[in-house]
Amino acid sequence: MSIIAPGTQVPPFSLVREDGSNFTEADLVGKTTVLVFYPFAFSSVCTSQQQVYTEALPEITADGAVIYAVSTDPTSSQAAFREQLGVPIEQLSDFEPKGAAAKVFGAYFDPGGMTNRALVIVGPDGCVTWSYVADSPGDMPGVNLIIDGLAAS
Amino acid sequence: MRDLSSLPVEPVGPSDHVRGGSGDPLIIYAEFSCPDCALAAERLRASNASVCFRHFALAARSPRAVKLAIASEAAARQGFFWEFHDSLFADQSRLDDPHLWQRCELLGVDLDRFELDRRDPALAEVVAESATAAMRAGATGAPSFVVAGEIQSGFPDLPS
Repeated sequence: MSIIAPGTQVPPFSLVREDGSNFTEADLVGKTTVLVFYPFAFSSVCTSQQQVYTEALPEITADGAVIYAVSTDPTSSQAAFREQLGVPIEQLSDFEPKGAAAKVFGAYFDPGGMTNRALVIVGPDGCVTWSYVADSPGDMPGVNLIIDGLAAS
Repeated sequence: MRDLSSLPVEPVGPSDHVRGGSGDPLIIYAEFSCPDCALAAERLRASNASVCFRHFALAARSPRAVKLAIASEAAARQGFFWEFHDSLFADQSRLDDPHLWQRCELLGVDLDRFELDRRDPALAEVVAESATAAMRAGATGAPSFVVAGEIQSGFPDLPS
């Protein structure tokens, strides 16, 4: 599965926000969006990833970008994860049907049955401007890559 | 606003904390409240490899990390960086202020000066700049190591 390529209009998808409402392609319009796909809430690398990205939130959002974290965990697990870490990054659940949205973005890791470690930046017009997938789901992309991706968008 | 765009790891310089062995120092980015960092530090100390310690202390990861990093820099102003480093990593169950003062007494660090230096914004800046450099180089957690100019998270092979 290949990560969605820059220049691609994001196809229809649906994720679930912590409040139970849907997050769809319509929510991408009008602002720059950073989608952080991660495998599992509470796993060690994912924990570190959310913490490091939280540290860099002022820089990530400086020009108005909004960042979301996406995994196949249910919303209750994502909320508990976020609250335990004390991180403000909004979580989006791809729990049921499992990984359906991640597959739209090419960010699903079939061998593990989980979201891959991937980053996608979408422009205000709903078009992908930058994307990245790690060599392995265990490899965490540094926050410098997001900053570079935003600059290139 | 920090610039967090990609930037290669800075080579070891005179302002770095370096000890042990000969040859090019192995750079470790770490923080003092992290158990994995303590384990890595002990392995490095036991190996007698040349080591360069750099701070990767993030408030989002640990409420104590930044404060301890600054404290170690205050100790460094009196020439006790590595003693303080070893002391913190040797007992991470006691990292509050009274424990730091006790360490100062044991190590011979002048406590009044230590307390003044801990509040010097210049030391906070040193710690923050180190974390920024780590993130720009792609560090994703502590400990991270620099091998052949690249950040890696796993403990590296050491020269025999």
